[in-house]
Amino acid sequence: MNNTNSIYLTCGCLLWFQDFSDDIDVKVKKYQRGESADLEALKDKKLKGQLANREELYKRSANAAAKAEKWLMQTESGLLEAEGIEKTWRFSQQAIAQEVDIASRKNQFDIVLPDLGPYTIDYTASGRYMLTAGRKGHLAIMDLHTLKPVKDFQVRETVRDAVFLHNELFFAAAQKKYTYIYSREGTELHCLKEHGAVMKLQFLKNHFLLSSINKSGHLHYQDITTGQIVGSYRTALGRSDVLQLNPYNSVIASGHSGGTVTMWKPTSAAPLIKILCHRGPVTAVSFHPNGHLMATSGMDKHIKIWDLRTYKSLQTLPGNAKSLTFSQKGLLAASTGSFTQILEPSSDSMSYNRYMIHQMAKGYQINKILFRPYEDVLGIGHSMGLSSVLVPGSGEPNFDSWVANPYETVKERREKEVRVLLDKLPPEAVMLDPTKVGTVRKERRKERRRKAEVEEEKAAAVAAVKSVVVKKKTKGRSKPSKVARKKQEGVEKVKRGFVSEGGDGGGGGGGDKKKQKRVVEVGDLPVALLPFVSKKGK
Amino acid sequence: MKVKVISRSADEFTRERSNDLQRVSRNYDPNLRPQEKAVEYVRALNAAKLDKVFARPFIGAMDGHIDAISCMAKNPSHLKGLFSGSMDGDIRLWDIASRKTICQYSGHQGAVRGLTVSTDGRILVSCGTDCTVRLWKVPLSSGIESSDSSDTSDKSIASYVWKNAFWGVDHQWEGNIFATAGAQVDIWDHNRSQPITSFEWGNDTVISVRFNPGEPNILATSGSDRSITIYDLRTSSPARKLIMRTKTNSIAWNPMEPMNFTAANENCNCYSFDARKLEEAKCVHKDHVSAVMDIDYSPTGREFVTGSYDRTVRIFQYNGGHSREIYHTKRMQRVFCVKFSGDASYVISGSDDTNLRLWKANASEQLGVILPRERKKHEYMEAVKNRYKHLPEVKRILRHRHLPRPIYKAGLLRRTMADAEKRKEDRRRAHSAPGSMPRKSIRKNRIIQEIE
Repeated sequence: MNNTNSIYLTCGCLLWFQDFSDDIDVKVKKYQRGESADLEALKDKKLKGQLANREELYKRSANAAAKAEKWLMQTESGLLEAEGIEKTWRFSQQAIAQEVDIASRKNQFDIVLPDLGPYTIDYTASGRYMLTAGRKGHLAIMDLHTLKPVKDFQVRETVRDAVFLHNELFFAAAQKKYTYIYSREGTELHCLKEHGAVMKLQFLKNHFLLSSINKSGHLHYQDITTGQIVGSYRTALGRSDVLQLNPYNSVIASGHSGGTVTMWKPTSAAPLIKILCHRGPVTAVSFHPNGHLMATSGMDKHIKIWDLRTYKSLQTLPGNAKSLTFSQKGLLAASTGSFTQILEPSSDSMSYNRYMIHQMAKGYQINKILFRPYEDVLGIGHSMGLSSVLVPGSGEPNFDSWVANPYETVKERREKEVRVLLDKLPPEAVMLDPTKVGTVRKERRKERRRKAEVEEEKAAAVAAVKSVVVKKKTKGRSKPSKVARKKQEGVEKVKRGFVSEGGDGGGGGGGDKKKQKRVVEVGDLPVALLPFVSKKGK
Repeated sequence: MKVKVISRSADEFTRERSNDLQRVSRNYDPNLRPQEKAVEYVRALNAAKLDKVFARPFIGAMDGHIDAISCMAKNPSHLKGLFSGSMDGDIRLWDIASRKTICQYSGHQGAVRGLTVSTDGRILVSCGTDCTVRLWKVPLSSGIESSDSSDTSDKSIASYVWKNAFWGVDHQWEGNIFATAGAQVDIWDHNRSQPITSFEWGNDTVISVRFNPGEPNILATSGSDRSITIYDLRTSSPARKLIMRTKTNSIAWNPMEPMNFTAANENCNCYSFDARKLEEAKCVHKDHVSAVMDIDYSPTGREFVTGSYDRTVRIFQYNGGHSREIYHTKRMQRVFCVKFSGDASYVISGSDDTNLRLWKANASEQLGVILPRERKKHEYMEAVKNRYKHLPEVKRILRHRHLPRPIYKAGLLRRTMADAEKRKEDRRRAHSAPGSMPRKSIRKNRIIQEIE
């Protein structure tokens, strides 16, 4: 009786455990950074053992992280689901506002600023502060928890772009002639003259680099901790106002009027990647936070999604987009005129489908859209001010206090500044595949051509030289003997080239044969004569 | 229609009272931390650099002897106590914490050559070139005794005169027996004025003796006939003998793997042996540029310290071919004896310049009380450093040690000589009959023969 009971219990446990482990497996995958190493291919037993231990450790840490999710990540992510014949994109902001709680409703707002627009916006990494810059010189920082302006001032000059630096205390603004760095209080700290008349700014958080592209298409990287210009490169592709940072590897992409998108790192003068994306000027570029997807839009009325592992287009969507942005959870927003549409990736394949649309008052021109980190909010900067709309399911619900904390105190901010500065990456750390740090570079072996191939090439080259028709020249210089000699010389020259190359391939084979012959001889000789063999060989 | 948006209330993420700790929320998603590998690498690099910045191994010198220090002994039952004997016959007990002499034992007429302490830590045994073995009382609580040593009579327990000068002494790890080395190996009891037994194998002097930590009846000695001999007290004759090309100055058993011992050799190297398999060394530890004078294992058994005639102290991994650390100062002369402290965190060296020197076993280790957060940080830095130690930049910083010019030059010279010798041998091999000059591994070629 007792026995059967216990069996039942264990069975139940097993079933439950099975269920639980299936669920865990999905979660664990997120924390396993890539596939595990192939240990079977290794010959070194010691290394194999060490690596096996390490793999075990990785597995355990991934498992622990997945299990801890249940307790650590309490905030639930947002969602928008349609029932019956409803469609998610039919829901207006008013309808959503009625369903959500009051605190979230605060995130829906419109600020009408008709005089100094169009506006561009930027958020801090934690999503707590918003920086807005009006084209005609209006700069403001807003605290989005209290919805009050922290500082609000005018520079009475064209402002083309503005970005936060590593925290809300500093920001850079690209003005008419130069770029300036301001403190939160609106004090001008630096004037960056080397950048020229900057069109777009981007800040590389891990590297403390401010990158900019100016009117003449020059790309600049400046280290803001030391003030040193790390890189200054000519794109040679004309004026561009499309500059976007790939958050995964800190590579900067710029879109050009020829339809190409180029990717840059601070330590090379040539672009890492150059892709022809559109048949017309590129208007916007955006990167998925996991670094595998890029969205581009062009004047040719296409929005394209690219796979950055293969550099192939995954999907082409019809439509114009003045501004594109990916959210933390992978939603893609595209805006043109006064119309914004939000696309979501379908769960089975990597194609993007319509998720939501947002139409503003006619005549508003949207300048920039940006998802607010750690919130289900899309910020819109347009010609008549600023708007903020709710996009359920766009933001990461759980923040990490050590990465970006919206509820950061002053003390924590100071501590974090020090920590981040200690971990500042050198400019060389920007690379297309950041997981390559600390791995072994594969030795590139020179391909050795086969002997037959070399022979064939040689014959072809000789034939080519022989078949050259000699021009008739002045008296005496086209004598048949001279022509023949010249041809012979040409043939010799071509052959000589092949001889020197064949030294490794063809010649090497001959050398081996010789050696083999000698070995045979050595075997035949009596022991007494052996010392003399090597001498003779030399 | 089902709608839900992220909604956080500030109360959940901020502290309630001002004296609470700040609330922390975690999300280990790799997507939130782009370029984490590069960040880790930078941290490893910084950790390596900080290691160099904080590498201050020298703690202090213990001054007091008026002649070169020839031997030292740890007190097995008292962490702070350390005995040292000098060439003028003076023996001192030091308190390592305050770096002061607690008491002095005078009586030896010539140099003190060996010191050892009994298992219970109550009796000190010393021997010297004056042909005497002396037993001393160790003060009970060393703190109370004053530094001046007015009367020596009550400290001395016994003094046994014997036929020949002594070169070393070692006490059993568990038991009442100690062994002295001299013209032969003598086994003594505390209460007898004459040795219980004597062992002799050949006519040459025995210069060092060490009991096995695991098996109380087994001891290893080294002699001036370039031999290492292993004795078993349960049998009447020595067990095995190994003859090398050069003399072994000192021996230390690995306390964690008591079948293994390491021999400090005259030819600048140390050789680790398995006592059961003497025909081949387990590991050759190279780096010194002059004779290695003394060796002592850490109680963890993972590393050992050596002192050398080239005026440096080095720390080796028990299985590492090259030293992990080198310690030297301008004033330190030829090092005659070294000891690892009982808690494996300090190293003490005694040298020709009459000083004992106290060093940290880990040059950049932080002393004093370490808070848990601090310790965690240290552990993290250590782990990161360990992970990226093979990358050239990190490796370069971690490996770099400043060497005094003579030692650097001597190292270069040694390398050149070794290369030349190897080249010569290769040529000779190439010109001899095949198979007549087989290659001999470095672990074997210093060994001449093994005698049972």
